[in-house]
Amino acid sequence: MNYFGPGHGACPGCGLTIATRNVLEALEGKCFVANSTGCLEIVSSQYERSAWGVPYIHSLFENAGAVAAGIDLALKALKRKGEGKVVVFAGDGATADIGIGTLSGMFDRNHDVIYICLDNEAYQNTGNQQSGLTPLGSNTTTTPVGELFPGKMGRKKDMVSIAVAHGIPYVATASVAFHADLRRKVKKAAEIEGAKYIQIHSPCVTGWGIDGKQTILSAKLAYETALYPIVEYENGELTRVRKIKERKPVEEYLKIQRRFRHLFKHPKGKEIISMLQKIADENAAKFNLDV
Amino acid sequence: MEKVVRGFYSIAHSVKLCKPNVIAAYPITPQTEIVENLAEMYANGELGDCEYVTAESEFGAASILVGASAAGARTFTATCSQGLILMSEVLINAAGMRLPIVLVNTNRALSAPLSIWNDHQDSMVLRDGGLMQIHVETNQEAHDMVPVAFKVAEDHKVMLPFMINMDGYKLTHAYEPIDLLEQEMVDTFLPPYNPPVYMTTKDPLTFGSYAPPQYYAEFRVALQNAMERARKVLEKAYKEWAEITGRDWGGHIVAEGVEDADLVAISMGSLTGMVRDVISELRNQGKKVGLLKIRTFRPFPAKEVRGALKDAEKILVFERAVSFGHGGPVGMEVKSACFGLTPEFYSFAVGLGGRDVPREEIVRIISDVYYGKVDQGFHFGTVKPFEEVIV
Ligand SMILES: Cc1ncc(C[n+]2csc(CCOP(=O)(O)OP(=O)(O)O)c2C)c(N)n1
Ligand SMILES: [Mg+2]
Repeated sequence: MNYFGPGHGACPGCGLTIATRNVLEALEGKCFVANSTGCLEIVSSQYERSAWGVPYIHSLFENAGAVAAGIDLALKALKRKGEGKVVVFAGDGATADIGIGTLSGMFDRNHDVIYICLDNEAYQNTGNQQSGLTPLGSNTTTTPVGELFPGKMGRKKDMVSIAVAHGIPYVATASVAFHADLRRKVKKAAEIEGAKYIQIHSPCVTGWGIDGKQTILSAKLAYETALYPIVEYENGELTRVRKIKERKPVEEYLKIQRRFRHLFKHPKGKEIISMLQKIADENAAKFNLDV
Repeated sequence: MEKVVRGFYSIAHSVKLCKPNVIAAYPITPQTEIVENLAEMYANGELGDCEYVTAESEFGAASILVGASAAGARTFTATCSQGLILMSEVLINAAGMRLPIVLVNTNRALSAPLSIWNDHQDSMVLRDGGLMQIHVETNQEAHDMVPVAFKVAEDHKVMLPFMINMDGYKLTHAYEPIDLLEQEMVDTFLPPYNPPVYMTTKDPLTFGSYAPPQYYAEFRVALQNAMERARKVLEKAYKEWAEITGRDWGGHIVAEGVEDADLVAISMGSLTGMVRDVISELRNQGKKVGLLKIRTFRPFPAKEVRGALKDAEKILVFERAVSFGHGGPVGMEVKSACFGLTPEFYSFAVGLGGRDVPREEIVRIISDVYYGKVDQGFHFGTVKPFEEVIV
């Protein structure tokens, strides 16, 4: 039995499908999926072509957290909890922007739900518009590079801290570059009762302007530059980080992506790059990432 | 067992007897006491295995019920006004997904200006959303319609959300003697929810798939067909309810004295009682007037309405909402049901935002229409003279 695919219509090299397949396999398909509107939903749930081999529901863009909470409640009330885990797959926009209310409610009530944020760092389904999780300097269609502005101003929203602040038992980041780590985290989350948040860095070939073969490379560089720290919190305590052997300068990550290319030409580009480097340095210090 | 209770409790008690699996709600005046009553029952273990949650918003509450209903649970919520329209994206989605969520809407005006008081503007906004909608006149009727709502919503021929509209304050806050239902009676009438499909790992299905143009229209045809089938299912449930309880609230409409009436007044909800009172007084004075109470608003009982109005010379609708840029929303439906007939048509929006509708106002409007003292078309009821700032 395939839990996901064949039949999805994602771009070659799509990070979302890699993440999704790993999550479903880690759970051995014993799960109920609630998916927000977005790329994953669109490429996988067309009528008569569903790629899902697990029970799946898509309701709206901004309510997957609540829909999952409802499934959790129904399984409890109907004494069917043993059937499987409730899992959300939601984009960064669905998670950090429009759906943060229903997500916060789900966390607050501590529903037994594994919430996976598929972080491709913009509204990719609708053509690369900025989200709260779009990083500083990224060229998106709503933060276009112009004479005045060098892409998105303001930094990536710290969803991990927001999740931790809710006092939920498990919060982690992961990356499509590290399958084993990702699967381990999902398995661990599945063993914990209550709300779990896992944010998976999932490169977008079209939005980021990378080659389909560079998905894993990009994700890896995000980690190696400390722009995307891979961390794990249990009961509010930072319990594990993925250490970086030789931390790379952020330019290594930026230069292979079209969304950051202007930073090497724009009059304000240098400043943005140094701000990004500062963010990476802060991450490294905060999580003690350097070996 | 007859007991004097508030409108809120008449709903909560009935909901309890329907044995819902999941209740999700959010407070808003004048609905709050319904969910407070349910929360109290939950806290005291009176709701059996039901899961009750207070959500972070009405939007969240409705979304929780989408997940719960898709997973096979019987679901309930209550809301009104801003809460209802905040839910609207979810409820319209639930209708498209054919999820039989039952909700009580304690009709309240919409902002701006903010008003916590009663009219029907909120439910009218949901008119085209694919929810079944009925309006009740009394708290006993509200009490009785809860099991009916579950039965019809969950009927496999229907599978649609069901909204019971009861007037905020006028009904919710009123103490009335209610013949409270017994568990056995509800059990005889309402079988446990048996969803035709639901989310289960035993048979993994996809809910809420997206439909490109080659599929979309058929889903919407199916929704329309379900509404059409709901007419019969609902009528049957109304009848069965009357047989079991001995309380006959009528069918989609209740027509009183329309056969020989020159003027028929139309009303929905709690205002109907007063309109009936005025009409019967006028009949006693020998005036040929009748009353048409509309109970089912969606599906709209066009055939029944037309039948009741076929001989009327004048039709007068008491509206509780406005379709801005057109007229009164009930009147619009009535006119379309009467297409080809040529009665005079009048419609009056009264009691907007909870404004008191004194008996004299009803008397005045009816006699103005009866004696031809007003123009045909849409009017507002009693409005003070005032100066518009933005003109
Ligand atoms: C209420 C609402 N607003 C806007 C949209 C349009 N919309 C659909 S998906 C989407 C972006 C999704 O972004 P994200 O959650 O990051 O997922 P991605 O497609 O990037 O994986 C938008 C803006 C919508 N469907 N619903
Ligand atoms: Mg995204």
